[in-house]
Amino acid sequence: MRVYLDNGTTTPVAPEVVEAMLPYFTEKFGHPVFPYSLGQEAADAVEMAQEIIARSINARPEEVVFTSGATQANDMAIRGVAYANRNRGRHLITTKVENPSVLRVCERLEKEGFRVDYLPVDAEGFVDTAELEKRLSDETILVSVANVNDEIGTIEPVEEIGEILRERQRKIYLHVNAAAGYGRVEVDVKKIGADLVSLSAHKIHGPKGVGALYVAEGTPIEPVYFGYISLFNLRPGTENIPGIVGFGRAVELMMENFERDVAHMTRLRDRLISGFEEIPYTLINGPRGKKRSPANVSCSFKGLEGESMMLHLDLNGISVATGSACSTTKLEPSHVLTAIGLKAAVAHGTIRFTLSRYNTEEEIDYTLSVVPRVVEQLRRISPVKPEQL
Amino acid sequence: MTVEYTERGMLKYSEKLLERFRNPKHIGEMENPTVVAEEGDPQCGDMFRLYLKIEDDRIVDAKFLSFGCAANIATGDMTVELVKGKTVAEAERLQIKEIADALGGLPLIKMHCAVLSYKTLKKALAEYRKSRAGSVSPPQG
Repeated sequence: MRVYLDNGTTTPVAPEVVEAMLPYFTEKFGHPVFPYSLGQEAADAVEMAQEIIARSINARPEEVVFTSGATQANDMAIRGVAYANRNRGRHLITTKVENPSVLRVCERLEKEGFRVDYLPVDAEGFVDTAELEKRLSDETILVSVANVNDEIGTIEPVEEIGEILRERQRKIYLHVNAAAGYGRVEVDVKKIGADLVSLSAHKIHGPKGVGALYVAEGTPIEPVYFGYISLFNLRPGTENIPGIVGFGRAVELMMENFERDVAHMTRLRDRLISGFEEIPYTLINGPRGKKRSPANVSCSFKGLEGESMMLHLDLNGISVATGSACSTTKLEPSHVLTAIGLKAAVAHGTIRFTLSRYNTEEEIDYTLSVVPRVVEQLRRISPVKPEQL
Repeated sequence: MTVEYTERGMLKYSEKLLERFRNPKHIGEMENPTVVAEEGDPQCGDMFRLYLKIEDDRIVDAKFLSFGCAANIATGDMTVELVKGKTVAEAERLQIKEIADALGGLPLIKMHCAVLSYKTLKKALAEYRKSRAGSVSPPQG
């Protein structure tokens, strides 16, 4: 049996999405910049996708800019707002548990003379909002927080953060990286009070290489890329038209069945969690219940190493991600697991299972039959005893 | 600023290495070993324990336990295979490169796995030498 449980990394493209994209490679291949019919067709397609995406986040179509993905959207948002507001202040606030696409940009800004505070999180991964209030100053121009943590599934209190910022006399912009949250939790830019929101297509059964940045009207933002302006001042260059069309279609499908899919993923998630809890010396990372992403199960199996576990599960047809350092090019444990206070030796044994609407009850039955066996097998050959950790 | 080219985010293992990882031949505990040596730290993500049974200066049996990634298990298994049946002096001459080569090469970032099993072997052999030096040589013949 093949079971794909790494939907937090990327998702299979929905067949309906592929179908929608295909004409835009060969027949409707025009460049949207010129108003002849082929160009107009491409421009119309972009506009339609803008409308669909705008509706899904309660924004207006003109507020949606297409990007190469959430990584680029995060860069455009953070640096763009920092540069445009540098005369008002040079202080930014983010958290210790953000995606590298936020953290690396913040580090870059620190080198350029900005000051960045990285907020701590509690043992379940929730951002400390009291600490946020303490760090806000007359120099603060931007706060950047993901609505859902991509590693441990914590749903962050972004609405509360939005409210804290709105209560201030001085305008402080709020950026929300919603790459891991889109399609899992509601993203309503008005409810959150977000000025900027990053989205990604390939995490919601759309194609890779396309994403979007929501920029609320009136937000001062400087472009960070320069070149030939086609449709968007902030993002020069030829748009990925088939990708944008596919993104739009993926969002349509996501919105059509949102509640049903969320309920389905939640049921499968809770089955996995109860099953894993029966394995001795196992920790579930992140919160339970309503404050956890319906698609995320993060589990630390003490006494074993995540990469071995990942590859053994792969031998059994199950694809998962690991928080272990050993499967990446840097040999440090995940910064998120460290931030929630996990010991490195335990963090190394962490596996992330992430669901999509396509997963079935049978796949969960199968996974629950394989995982305890692999855990036992790896613990048997380990010199590290789980009870010692 | 210069551009640094890094290895791919995902590691590429050789087929030989993966086969060793899937079916290690020498993994497990050993009863009454002559020496046991351990290297690594679970906090750093890898730990290796080596058991050697040595008779007449020859490694007649060897086994290992691993807390680590696929490369850790595969290099450990290969290290054991390369020294099993050898004399202590021969085992002392084993090179890290031989371990990696026997596995069809190792990704650069995983070389430390071969280093770990190599260091554990060295430690075990040194301990064996030390224990021999302290005792009277067994009667010959």
